[in-house]
Amino acid sequence: MLNAYKSNTLSYDPELCSNCGMCSIVCPHSVFAPDDDVAKLVRAEACMECGACQLNCPAGAITVESGVGCAAAMIGAALTGNKEATCGGSESVCCPGGADDCK
Amino acid sequence: MSEDCCTPRRPRSVPPRRPEASACCAPRGVGDSETVCRTESIERPTTSALNLANYWDHFVARCGINRDRRRITPGLYSLDHPTPDSHVFVTANYTLSFDALRSALPSVSAHLLVLDTKGINVWCAAGKGTFGTDELVNRIEASGLRNVVRHRRLILPQLGAAGVSAHEVRKRSGFEVEYGPVRARDLPEYLKTRKATPEMRRVRFNLADRLILIPVELLGVLSPVLVIGAVLYALGHPMVSLAAIVAIIAGVVFFPILLPWLPTPNFATKGFILDALVAIPFAWAQLVSKGEIGPLVRVGWAGVCFLAMSSVTAFVCLNFTGSTPFTSRTGVRREIFTYVPVMAWMLGGAVVLAIALSFLAHRGL
Repeated sequence: MLNAYKSNTLSYDPELCSNCGMCSIVCPHSVFAPDDDVAKLVRAEACMECGACQLNCPAGAITVESGVGCAAAMIGAALTGNKEATCGGSESVCCPGGADDCK
Repeated sequence: MSEDCCTPRRPRSVPPRRPEASACCAPRGVGDSETVCRTESIERPTTSALNLANYWDHFVARCGINRDRRRITPGLYSLDHPTPDSHVFVTANYTLSFDALRSALPSVSAHLLVLDTKGINVWCAAGKGTFGTDELVNRIEASGLRNVVRHRRLILPQLGAAGVSAHEVRKRSGFEVEYGPVRARDLPEYLKTRKATPEMRRVRFNLADRLILIPVELLGVLSPVLVIGAVLYALGHPMVSLAAIVAIIAGVVFFPILLPWLPTPNFATKGFILDALVAIPFAWAQLVSKGEIGPLVRVGWAGVCFLAMSSVTAFVCLNFTGSTPFTSRTGVRREIFTYVPVMAWMLGGAVVLAIALSFLAHRGL
């Protein structure tokens, strides 16, 4: 495995796109770019699965399994038997930054 | 505060009014037991100037001390005497987030709507859902924002989009959500055109962004490092104690600095590479150590150094994924499944090898 981050769960159906431009606005990694008819998926491999595009796509053209890309949170969740790894909160075993420095 | 308004103040003899007729407590959706207060709006004054106490607060926060106490009261704040037509900016109730916003708006009159994110910054809270559609819609009502401004437009930080659905907010509250730039400091520029440049829309992770994380990371591992170091030292292995401390410090301090320059996209392999560099002096010290030790045993101890230190450093480095703004859950999960077993085997191998070598030494080999 050379690059664990090469593929992800982002999927986009241009057929459904209403070209509102929101995905290009909310994405912090310029994964989408505005175009004439529909949004263009230009940097799929840069997606960090934050879920902002899916949440702000009124046409439902984008799906992504969003979650925290944090090993500490995931390992912590696995150890404590939690299903979902999240960051933040005082009870958190998560980032040493106490969810301040993590995304 | 909002509870005060919702507590019934009428004497018991007076028949309760129908909820929808109440000026104060309007029920929200069907099946929602909570009520929302349409209260006379209280707007707390604030300023764009940060004082010494604020800077001290930021410093302490950056050191990771008392992080749970960095909260401010959620609700509406007024910046520089705003009018009903002034902008409304939305932020989290974490002091660093709130201060970043207000200090970015010198000589701007605005209303600041602070959501209750439990003292967590915007992006983390959005990921968790506390900086989210529900909280925003509820806070609009609870704060009485409707009566404070004439327009129906909110400016949110772009990173809040991971928790807020703009079209949902419009549907439920009538307020239009406009996503401003990622960084509050770009707001003055953004406000000129109400358009963010591609640069304003991208998260960065440059050297300064990474350096500022080091104190928190360092203080986070400080006590375990001291305990491990002390125990190993007490067991009569000062060299091993030093190696353990260096391996962890390498992952916590050197790794964030060197991150973009370590080849390979995977954090675990970046960690292995970093450690190969850090372990060299220790392995070398074993190779050239004084005493009546055979060459094979020396090589063996050098191997122990590499294996043990690599596994520790790589694990610490893998845990840094959460502090970066670009790793996906899918990728991190792949890394965990691929490399954590490798790390465990390396550490286990180092322990077995160390025991075997000690045994050989006893036999006088």
